[in-house]
Amino acid sequence: MSMTAESRASDATRIDISCFHCGLPVVTGTTYTAVINGQQQPMCCHGCAAVAEAIVAAGLSDFYQHRTAPSRRAEDLIPEQLRGLELYDRGDLQQSFVRQEDEHVREAALILEGIVCAACVWLNEHHVNALPGVLEFRVNYSTHRARVRWDERQTKLSTILAAIAAIGYIAHPFDPSRQESLQKRERAVALRRLAVAGLGSMQVMMLAVGLYVGEAQGMEEWIRQFLRWISLVLAAPVVAYAAQPFFTAATRDLRRHQLGMDVPVALAVLAAFAASVWHTWRGDGEVYYDSVTMFVFFLLTGRFLEMAARHRAGQISEALVRMLPATAIRLDAGGTETVVPSAELAPGDRVLVRPGDTIPADGRVEEGASSVDESLLTGESLPLPRQAGDALIGGSVNIESPLVMCIDKVGAETVLSAIVRLLDRAQGEKPRLALLTDRIAAHFVAALLLVSVLVFLAWWYWANFDTAFRITLAVLVVTCPCALSLATPTAMVAATGALTRQGILTTRGHALETLAQVTHIIFDKTGTLSYGRPQVVAVEAVADLEPRQCLALAAALERGSEHPVGRALMAAAGAGVPLVSEWRNTPGSGVEGWLDGRCYRVGRPTFVAALCPEAIALRDDLDAASTWVALGDERGLLAWFQLSDALRPGAADMVAALQARGLQVELLSGDRPEVVAHVAAELAIPTAMGGLSPQDKLERVRVLQQQGAVVAMVGDGVNDAPVLAAAQISLAMGSGTQLAHATADMILLSERLEQVVRGVDMARRTLVIMRENFAWAIGYNLIALPLAAGGWLTPWMSAIGMSFSSLLVVVNALRLRQS
Amino acid sequence: MRILYLLIPMALGVVGVALWGFIWAVRSGQFDDLEGPAHRILMDDDDPRIPRYRDRADDDKPLNG
Repeated sequence: MSMTAESRASDATRIDISCFHCGLPVVTGTTYTAVINGQQQPMCCHGCAAVAEAIVAAGLSDFYQHRTAPSRRAEDLIPEQLRGLELYDRGDLQQSFVRQEDEHVREAALILEGIVCAACVWLNEHHVNALPGVLEFRVNYSTHRARVRWDERQTKLSTILAAIAAIGYIAHPFDPSRQESLQKRERAVALRRLAVAGLGSMQVMMLAVGLYVGEAQGMEEWIRQFLRWISLVLAAPVVAYAAQPFFTAATRDLRRHQLGMDVPVALAVLAAFAASVWHTWRGDGEVYYDSVTMFVFFLLTGRFLEMAARHRAGQISEALVRMLPATAIRLDAGGTETVVPSAELAPGDRVLVRPGDTIPADGRVEEGASSVDESLLTGESLPLPRQAGDALIGGSVNIESPLVMCIDKVGAETVLSAIVRLLDRAQGEKPRLALLTDRIAAHFVAALLLVSVLVFLAWWYWANFDTAFRITLAVLVVTCPCALSLATPTAMVAATGALTRQGILTTRGHALETLAQVTHIIFDKTGTLSYGRPQVVAVEAVADLEPRQCLALAAALERGSEHPVGRALMAAAGAGVPLVSEWRNTPGSGVEGWLDGRCYRVGRPTFVAALCPEAIALRDDLDAASTWVALGDERGLLAWFQLSDALRPGAADMVAALQARGLQVELLSGDRPEVVAHVAAELAIPTAMGGLSPQDKLERVRVLQQQGAVVAMVGDGVNDAPVLAAAQISLAMGSGTQLAHATADMILLSERLEQVVRGVDMARRTLVIMRENFAWAIGYNLIALPLAAGGWLTPWMSAIGMSFSSLLVVVNALRLRQS
Repeated sequence: MRILYLLIPMALGVVGVALWGFIWAVRSGQFDDLEGPAHRILMDDDDPRIPRYRDRADDDKPLNG
C-alpha cells in the first residue's frame, strides 16, 4: 500500500499511488500526506488527510493494521454542516429520537454510515468513548447502528456527532421506536420460544429414551409413570408457550375458512399432547411428548432463520431518513440564512441548496443555474440542467453551484412520498400471490384430515373408542412427521446459506421457490446493467497532442469537480495531472482554466467553441447512449472525449445465459428511450422500453402477470422500489438504495451480474431437492399410513421411522451446500 | 431406583436455571449482534498510545511512534 519516495521518482509521469485511507488513486502533484505509525503516507484529498490525522491524534492508528477493507473516502466537512449538527441539540427536535434516562443522562440511537469492517467498530467505539461526558457508546456490527448515552452537563449530541464525523463516518440520529423496536421485540420473543422448545425437547427426548428402553426390557410401573409425569411437566411449556405462533396462525386460517400448513401442525400438536396427558393420567396407552416437542422445535428453528434473514434486509424508514436531509438553509425576506430542520419547511419558504446538498422538498428554482442528479428517483443517468423556473424534486442532489429554491410541496405531497405510497400498496398486494402456495398445501391438509376421520370412524365401528383414538393419533403423528415439515425449510436454509457465501442475500422465505419458476426477468438499466455513472470510453485527439495528455489537461480543469463528467475524466486520467490557475466554472456548460499562459476549456462543444477562433463542427456520429465532451484552447479544438454509462462486465453473457435457460429478458428504464434502445441492442435484449415512470413500470409488470408470467425484477433505485415489490420475485443491487433493499427478496451483494444466473440455477436445484424431499416424505407416509391405520405401529417403530426419514431429508438438503 | 425422585427434579432445576440464563442473555441484548464481539476481542484495548492508557504506561516507549 505504501509507496516509497524512490518509486515515486522513478516514474514521475504516471504511477498508481492509492490513498492510504480510502484506497482511491492519488492525483500526482498533490501533496496531501499524513504521518501514520511513523511513516509518511499518501492521501488523496484534504478530507482523508484530516480524518487520518484525527485518528492518529486520538492514538487509534492501530485501526489501519486491523482493518480488512479500505475506508470510505472522507468528505470535507463544511463549517455549515457542523453548524447544522447543532440543530440536534434543540429540545423540540430531540423529542423524536432522544430518551431521557434521568435528569442529566440522555440516550440516542444512531445510524452509522461508512462501517466497512470490524476495525471501524473498534475505531468508533474508542474514539467516542474517550470523549468527556460520554457514558456509553456501543456499535452493533450486524446492523450498523449505535447507541450512545451521555451526560448532558458535560457534552452535547452535536459534539458527539462532530467527533464521529472527524474520523470519517457519518452518524444520523433516528427514531428507533418504530420498526426497529418492533423487530427487536419479534426477535427476542422468537429466541425465547426457541429456547423453551429446544431445552424442553432435549429433556423430553432424554426421558423418552428411558421410556423406549423400558418398553423393550421391562420397567417397573412407578418409574414409567414418574418419567411420564416429568415429561408432561417439561412438554407443557413447549406446547403452551413455544407452539403459540402455530395456534394463532391456525385459528386465523380457520376464521378465514382456509386450510394452511399450520392447521395440521396445530391439530397434531394439540391432539398428541392432549392424548399424552390423558394417557399419563390414566396410566396406560402411548405418550408422544418427544414427538410433540421435537416437532415444535424444528419448525421454530426454520422460522427463526427466515425471520433473521428478513430483518437484515433493511428498513424503509431508515432509507427515508437518508433520502431527505435532516436540515435545510432557509432564507428570510432580508436574505439572512437560518439552518432549520427540513420537517419545519412550509410551502412558500425560500431555501438555499449548496452544491453537493440534497434538495429537502419539492419546489422550483428561483435563482441560480446548476445541474441536478435525479438518478435515484428517476433512473436518468446524467445530471439534468436546472435554472430559474424549473422544478426540483426532493431527494435529488444539487451538483454544480448554489441554487435558491421556493418550496411548493412538503411531507406527504412530495414525489418521494408518492413513490413510498406506491411501494406500500404493491407490498400489500404481494401476499395474495403467495397464497397460491398455501392453496396447494390446503388440498394436502384436507386429504390428511379426511383420512384421519375415516380411520377413526372405521376403528370406532369395528373396535372401541379407545383403540380408535389411539390409532387416529398414530395416523396424525405419523403422517405429519418431521420429514414433511423439514422437506422445504432445510433445503431453503442450505441453499440460502450457499447463496450468501457467494454474495446473494435472500431476504424472503419464498424467494428461491419463486425464482425457480420465473418466466420473465426484467432489468432496470441505470445502476443495474450499467454502473449508473458515466465513464470515458474513447478519447479522440484532434490536434498534435497525445490522447493521454489531453485527458490530463481535461482532468486538471475538472479537478475537484463534483459533476459526474468531471469525475469520469479525473478517474480516466489517473495520476500526473498539472495544476491550473484562474479556474472558472459555468454550470451546465463546462469549466475554464489557465495553464502555462494558455486558456483551456472543457465541456459542451458550444461552450468550447466560444473560446476558439474557428467554429467547431458538432459531432455527427452521435450515438444515443453517449455524451461527447470537447477540450479546446484559443487556437482550436484539442480533443473529443466520449463518455457513456458503461455496462457492467458480464452483462451480455448474463443475458445470453438467461435466454439459454428459457427465460424472457426485458429492459425497463426511466432513462431516455434512445439510450435504452442502444443498450438493448448491445445486449441482445428483444424487449426494451425507455422513458418509463415507476407507475409505467408497474403497469408493464401487471400486464405480464395477468398473462400468467412469473416476473423477476432486478433493480437498484428508489424508482424501482414499487416494481420490485410488485414482481413475484425481486433482486436488488448491493450498491442500490436502502429502499430498494427493503423491498427486494434477494440482494446481490457482490454486484456481479453473473450471480443472477447462479441464483436461478441454485433456485432450480433447490426446487429439485425440495421435490425429492417431498417425494420421500410422501412416499414414507404412504407406507406408514396404512401401517398406522391398521394399528401395527408400535411407538419405537414410528420413532425410528420418523428419525430415519427426517435424517434422510436433512442430508439430502445439505447437498445444496456444496456448489 | 428411588434416587430418581431426587435426581430428576434436580435436573428440572438445572433446566430452569439454563432457561433463565438464556432469557436473561436475550433481554440484556447479547443476541443483538452476533458478529461484532468475535472481532472485538481481537483488537488491542491497552495500547499505550491510546490517551486513556498513556498514564498507566508512561515508561513504555512506543515501538514505532
